Amino acid sequence: MAFDEYQKRDFKVIGTTPLRPDGIDKVTGRAQYGADYYLPGMLVGKMLRSPYAHAKIKSIDTSAARAMQGVKAVVTADDFPGTATGETLDVQDHCLARGTALYDGHAVAAVAAIDAETARQALKLIKVDYEVLPHVTSIEDAVKPGAPLVQEGRRGRKVPKQFSDNCTGWCEFGHGDLEAGFAKADKIIERTFKTSSTHQGYIEPHACLASMGSDGRADVWCCTQGHFHVRNLCAQIMDMDQSALRVTASEIGGGFGGKTTVFIEPVALLLSLKAGHPVKVVMSRDEVFKASGPTVASMTDVKIGMTKDGRITAADALIRYEGGAWPNLTIFPGAQSAFACYDLEAVRAQGLNALTNRPLQAAYRAPGAPQSIYAVEAVVDELALELGLDPIDVRLKNAAKKGTKSSYGPTYDDIGLVQLLEAAKAHPHYSAPLGPNQGRGISSGFWFNFGGETCVSLALDFDGSITLVEGNPDIGGSRASMSMMAAEELGIPYEKVRTIVADTASLGHNEVTHGSRVTFAVGLATIKAARAAKTEMCRRAAKIWGIDEDAVVWEDGFAKPAGPNAGEYEPMSIEKIAKDSPRTGGPIVGHHEVTAEGAGVSFGVHICDLEVDPETGFTKILRYTVLQDAGKAIHPQYVEGQLQGGAVQGIGWALNEEYIYGEDGRLQNAGFLDYRIPVASDLPKIDTVILEIPNPGHPYGVRGVGETGIVPPLAAISNAMSHAIGVRMQELPMSPPKVLKAIKNKG
Amino acid sequence: MQYAAPETAKEASRLLAECAGPARVLAGGTDLLVQMKAGMVEPALVVDIKKIAGMRDITAEDGGWRIGAAVSGAELGENAGVTADWPGVVEAFELIGSTQVQGRCTMAGNLCNASPAGDSVPAMVAANAVARIHGPEGVRDCPVGDIPVSPGKTSLGKGEFVTSIFLPARPGHCGDAYLRFIPRTEMDIAVCSAGVSLVLDDNGVCTAARVSLGAVAPTVLLVDAAANALIGSKLDDAALEACGSACAAAATPISDKRGTVEFRKDVSAVLAKRAAKIAQQRAGGRS
Amino acid sequence: MSKLHVTTKINGDTVEYLCDPQESLLDVLRDRLRLTGAKEGCGSGDCGACSVELDGRLVCSCLVLGVEAEGAEINTIEGMATGETLHPLQRKFLEHAALQCGVCTPGILIAAKNLLERNPDPTETEVRYWLAGNLCRCTGYDKIINAVMDAAAEMRGA
Repeated sequence: MAFDEYQKRDFKVIGTTPLRPDGIDKVTGRAQYGADYYLPGMLVGKMLRSPYAHAKIKSIDTSAARAMQGVKAVVTADDFPGTATGETLDVQDHCLARGTALYDGHAVAAVAAIDAETARQALKLIKVDYEVLPHVTSIEDAVKPGAPLVQEGRRGRKVPKQFSDNCTGWCEFGHGDLEAGFAKADKIIERTFKTSSTHQGYIEPHACLASMGSDGRADVWCCTQGHFHVRNLCAQIMDMDQSALRVTASEIGGGFGGKTTVFIEPVALLLSLKAGHPVKVVMSRDEVFKASGPTVASMTDVKIGMTKDGRITAADALIRYEGGAWPNLTIFPGAQSAFACYDLEAVRAQGLNALTNRPLQAAYRAPGAPQSIYAVEAVVDELALELGLDPIDVRLKNAAKKGTKSSYGPTYDDIGLVQLLEAAKAHPHYSAPLGPNQGRGISSGFWFNFGGETCVSLALDFDGSITLVEGNPDIGGSRASMSMMAAEELGIPYEKVRTIVADTASLGHNEVTHGSRVTFAVGLATIKAARAAKTEMCRRAAKIWGIDEDAVVWEDGFAKPAGPNAGEYEPMSIEKIAKDSPRTGGPIVGHHEVTAEGAGVSFGVHICDLEVDPETGFTKILRYTVLQDAGKAIHPQYVEGQLQGGAVQGIGWALNEEYIYGEDGRLQNAGFLDYRIPVASDLPKIDTVILEIPNPGHPYGVRGVGETGIVPPLAAISNAMSHAIGVRMQELPMSPPKVLKAIKNKG
Repeated sequence: MQYAAPETAKEASRLLAECAGPARVLAGGTDLLVQMKAGMVEPALVVDIKKIAGMRDITAEDGGWRIGAAVSGAELGENAGVTADWPGVVEAFELIGSTQVQGRCTMAGNLCNASPAGDSVPAMVAANAVARIHGPEGVRDCPVGDIPVSPGKTSLGKGEFVTSIFLPARPGHCGDAYLRFIPRTEMDIAVCSAGVSLVLDDNGVCTAARVSLGAVAPTVLLVDAAANALIGSKLDDAALEACGSACAAAATPISDKRGTVEFRKDVSAVLAKRAAKIAQQRAGGRS
Repeated sequence: MSKLHVTTKINGDTVEYLCDPQESLLDVLRDRLRLTGAKEGCGSGDCGACSVELDGRLVCSCLVLGVEAEGAEINTIEGMATGETLHPLQRKFLEHAALQCGVCTPGILIAAKNLLERNPDPTETEVRYWLAGNLCRCTGYDKIINAVMDAAAEMRGA
């Protein structure tokens, strides 16, 4: 049952900080990531990519490439079986163009050859006849009637008439009477905010090794956040049963949502099938930026009315997102999260999605929420400033709490926003003095967190140690957290549990590692699998002792008689039960399969101080504090790591990261030189405060923490900048040329 | 692609001159390998000059310093003599890339890559540095500022390559400085930059100056008007303002993914003023 | 096009290989020698994930040709531990949770090792600037800095 799981207790393992199980491998270079696999006879696959943002492919002549020595296969989209439909067909089309190149860098053909150099030379021999078409890359232009049409027949049914046929989605959330609400306000502020597309920026490019036989069976090794999803997508694309395709997740060098789909795996499988050998495909950094899944760019109108003592009377937002050349649903979490931090009588959030000639967006850590909450938190900040009110007091006055009807529908259970705001107000950072050209900004943030399909198997090995088998790639240290939860539940040392991430043939379906779901859902399943194992182990002890099953309890790694009435028996260790298991009924494996519900929402509050050089617009982050509610921090260091990592991604997003397109629709900064993520010397220490308001839906109170951390930085930094230079900033990134211009225009 | 690692400059010149297709010199490789990977160049021949005698030497000469073409940033930064005489040139060179890039990159390479934004070039121009060039016709010297002619192109003929950079002697009270603007703290290409080299007399009056700007024109600009604004002054506010204005006026930048015309003009003026002040401080420290 | 023969020293062992002239040292380490600890994050010297030591200098192996390794001494992450004994930096990274996905970790460990050999007592700012060429997207660098400073203290015997 979703909301009565949590039981308060004293923990022995939970809350400690043991070493991670993949640690030795990762500090010695032994860990195998996506590009670190090799098979005998392996070929190298490379893609030929469109240099045009939008072009009809009139013909592709691969004959010269095929004839080149060392080339074993050349494919185009025509070589796919053609069984993919709906969203999966969109994914396939994004991987390899079918008739039309829809973005700069869209793959149009691929080769497999004996080595990288041969593959590179072979690509040059492929002749593509393009007919260049008009393109559109900005959200502003894409929604206007008369904009170049990215795809035919994709207009969303609910999209209001005044928007172009590029608009594929429309949503609306909220409640109450907006007009009446605004009428009650003493001050109303209405502003429009823009953000650019950004990239998750994982250091490891997409990589996979596919081995497909002519019998229709295949193996894939790839870096991914969801190998079951990879299997299901590829199986549909390649017209295979899911069971015929086994996908193994490698160690993953960063995902943040960008590795929750496929970009190269279907093509690698196709090449392998045609060539009759395993094929390795690794994206270059240029390809990652151009042809994987950046975030949506946004344009958001926000209007909020407030009384002079700080109560919000009405709030309205229209978000417009562009997510590339195929439809996406990010406007839903975007619109739902926009006002989620507030207890409002009258609220509305509408979302519009439009197609552009850009790569298809993928999730980036709380998809849609940073963009919409940035706009809302900036307007709240400006209202507070105009009314002479403290920014935290204003948020406290309107904070969502238990019993609040959220702006997106559900009523909140126990949540920690008020506690976070109070902790932020009391934190020394908030009252530290500021110098000239310095500004302080704060922002709230929110993420839903998810549950999802989960399967876990917990095997008692014959020596009493535990092998825990789960199906979610570890992107934040989750294997350690699972081992900790199993150890806690079984009452045995952490070191006795080994958690592995198994391939798709070893477990039932597991939902992708996203939505901050793993510690919550896989943890829940782990605890239940452990409880199932305990029940069975007690049953075995009862059998050996010849007493009733109900008369045996589990405590600290031992089966014990429940009470004096049960009989006088020495506690039986897990080692003994394991050793005897062949005679008492066979191997003992606890398991649990569930579509987990009861994920707890996670709020955060950030405080940021920065300093601006008024002559150049150069910005330095001076001090940064993250406060977040984790429900229960299983491994506090790993929770801190999530908070710090999310904050720094937000800093990059606010200050310097953006996709820069030219008039020709081509991406101009497809590399780490000009796509500027924060470097070590850019940053101060990121202080963290973890609060624990338990989630009623999890046995230990766990809330997901991975995503909320990227939501507050955009407004925290924008608000700090606005205070530092005395100009309200309305566009991200706030790169120095824009900052200097704002300073000059003000003066 | 062929690779050669000759042991004499003469042999290197010959290989470069006789190569039918595009040939490239390899010293640090921090531009060449990036360009090869991006498909911007497919050399038929790469001539590695690191095995030629003297390429990695730093030698005192006529009161100045001769720096071999294969001396890396890390190596130059460890040379106390050059750092004391030409702190601006050294700090400019040290700004290029990361610690890893510093382990390989060279001033000669930075110069001959002919990027408008190459960090070492404005400082070398302000310093009046001279490049020594070996070619099929023999050896010649050329002021550093005359080598880049447009983005990616140098005045070097086929078969010619730079074997060393000479930094002249420093008379009296002198100092130099280089500043660049980048949006982060490291790892960016200069959006705009300024190199200033000054000589002061015993009373602190500027008797000679060179002010150069980077990344605001196809090649480095030597702004005489900015230098003249400083000469004869003690670098008071009015002189610095005039210097800055002259820089903003002389700059002919473009708007691109790194900055706008307006921004580059404004900030090059700010950097020139700030660099001049640092150079002045450094000049004050010498006897 | 024919391959060139190179003799070099990697992690103290003499190694010979054949490679094409345009192959980078990174390509050679990974694809020919199967030393996959060095990673290709960008191929253009902007991320540092391929960092190795070449004749004592910290370099990006993607910016060095395989043939340039002739006669040189190269240290990679695979040589940092001695048997089952980790280098203090490796130990401190684990203790301080200075890695999440770990893909930048080999490059950062090599870079930090090189720093501490040259400057055993760096300030936090010196560490940050030294590591500016090593991108990390997961940690925000915080715990990495803590681990390097702590390892430095231990190695100084402080």
